[in-house]
Amino acid sequence: MDIVIIGLLLGGTYALMAMGLQLQYGVARIMNLANGEILIAGAFGAFWFFAGTKASPLLSLLFVVPLAFVLNYAIYLVLILPLVRRAKSQGKLEVDSILATFGLSFIFIGIMVAAFGAQYTDYAYLSEPIFIFGERYGLNRVVAFLASGALCAGLYVWLYMTRAGLALRAVSVNPSAAGLVSINVIRTSALAFALGGAVTAAGGVLLSMYLTFDASYGVVFTLKALIIVILGGVGDIRGTIVASFILGLAETAVATLIDPGLTLAAAYVLFMIVLLVRPEGLFGRRTA
Amino acid sequence: MTDLAETPVVRSAWVITAKERRTLLVSVLIFIAASLVPLVFGGYVLQVMISIVMYTAFATSWLLFSGPTNYIALCTAAFFGIGMYVTAGGIDLMPYPALIALSGVAGAALAAIVGLATLRVSGVYFVIFSLGLAELVRQIMTWGQHVFGTMSGLYVTIDRSEPMYYWQLLLATAVIFLVGWGIGRSRLGFALRIIGNDEVVAVHCGINTARAKVVLFIISSTFASMIGALVAPRWGYVEPVVAFNPFLSFQVVIMALLGGTHRLWGPLLGVIPFTLMWELISIEFPDQTTLLLGVSFLLIVYVIPNGITGLIEDAWQRHGKIGGSIQGPLQRALVTSSGTLKSLLQRGKSGNA
Repeated sequence: MDIVIIGLLLGGTYALMAMGLQLQYGVARIMNLANGEILIAGAFGAFWFFAGTKASPLLSLLFVVPLAFVLNYAIYLVLILPLVRRAKSQGKLEVDSILATFGLSFIFIGIMVAAFGAQYTDYAYLSEPIFIFGERYGLNRVVAFLASGALCAGLYVWLYMTRAGLALRAVSVNPSAAGLVSINVIRTSALAFALGGAVTAAGGVLLSMYLTFDASYGVVFTLKALIIVILGGVGDIRGTIVASFILGLAETAVATLIDPGLTLAAAYVLFMIVLLVRPEGLFGRRTA
Repeated sequence: MTDLAETPVVRSAWVITAKERRTLLVSVLIFIAASLVPLVFGGYVLQVMISIVMYTAFATSWLLFSGPTNYIALCTAAFFGIGMYVTAGGIDLMPYPALIALSGVAGAALAAIVGLATLRVSGVYFVIFSLGLAELVRQIMTWGQHVFGTMSGLYVTIDRSEPMYYWQLLLATAVIFLVGWGIGRSRLGFALRIIGNDEVVAVHCGINTARAKVVLFIISSTFASMIGALVAPRWGYVEPVVAFNPFLSFQVVIMALLGGTHRLWGPLLGVIPFTLMWELISIEFPDQTTLLLGVSFLLIVYVIPNGITGLIEDAWQRHGKIGGSIQGPLQRALVTSSGTLKSLLQRGKSGNA
């Protein structure tokens, strides 16, 4: 029972982080290996805010999210767009963007180490217990889960109820066809990339409320987000949410039953199963 | 492939042309010259030379796979760490040369698993898998040591002098070059160049693309693991955080890119300036190494995407010499015909739609 509830709480928070990557990879079609570093930057933002003001880290979302949005918009325009223009094929763009964002991730790590140091960081916020079905859980986990749920719901409504959201989904399905119906594909991709970064940073703020992190830990989150997106199916929001819960449960089960140091192994096992059984993901479309 | 192999244009792999003989001779002379270094220099210069040779071995073995396929492998550290651990764990049980071989086998086994799982599907999945591989193996190793109750660090005590390390690594590099050269001349290398140019075309030529990629990834990873075994005694003390440091994977990629990935000797031209620059950076700015490494990585990707060899070949061509052209006449013909084949296929597809 413990495992299920903690796993669901964790998965719910993962959902937000994976939605961010889904927007960047599924819509803007940029494989962003610096995604986890943006998440860690969000976590440091929350830590810095909490250490300075003692107010709720949730309030730090108010400045972390816009900052991450602007930063990622700038990254897309300055770093990614030249690659999109230069690329002769989708494959070449993939290689270039992997290399560029890989280099970028080390720049982020360097900056964060310089700003916050290389040590493990955490802070105690709402670390009092809350009782669910008679078992005790950290209140911070529950609050993070609820906040993540609210943000995911907001994002979902925006994607499915507004014109801009429709444009994003159109680009996700087929960029060249989206261009034919007078959607500005480059602007929409930039928007999706920036929004994805902002959502990821928000995920970082929420995860920082109960996880310990350090400047170089981003790659683990990049991997988890990637595995969730692939497991759920690239371009499918429902799949991402379901896959987040699966990963949250699997990780918690491994951490509780075997060893807390093996969470990445759990994610890799899931990844292997997907690759072997259903490479297009749970909800993915099988490409011809 | 079979009908191509029977046309007279394709030389047998055993026939060595005059040009190739010249290249071989020059390479052998360079290696002999390089092997004399420890007789002249010692101390710091030899240390830097050992780094250069080690990174050349890593970057060239990385290139064996990632060069022709364009699949960026980010997992050198995983294989290096495995080599180190096999050596450290077995040093009291087996003779050292057996451990080097065993490291290669262990690396090959892991590469086979990773390759079979990901390379049949797509290149992106391979890159993602490789990104976390070092961390994954580190977690499993740490867990294993925890379960079996051994200490997290292991000592490797073999008496070896610095020149000995240098010669061992130089020999390994020579073997990697020779294997790379052999692959380039073989059917496997030919198949890989077609895969790198256009995978769809390769499939339609009847090439088993997945098998070619897996075989090459295994070869490349075996070397990385064996280098780990060669270097382990020099470090003396092996622990997970050091052995599986993701920085290594990053450095290897950056050096190979700097040199250029479409020539076997490309990484060499990247390793030498980069190692020297790196020595300088780690002395002058010890706290900003990660940041500066990231910046130099971006500079290479944006400013010299084809690496130093690309620059040299451009300059060569501007001087009006065609000698530096990348492809032989047969490959050029094949690329042209594969382009035609592809456009035919596409026309067929759109015709059906």
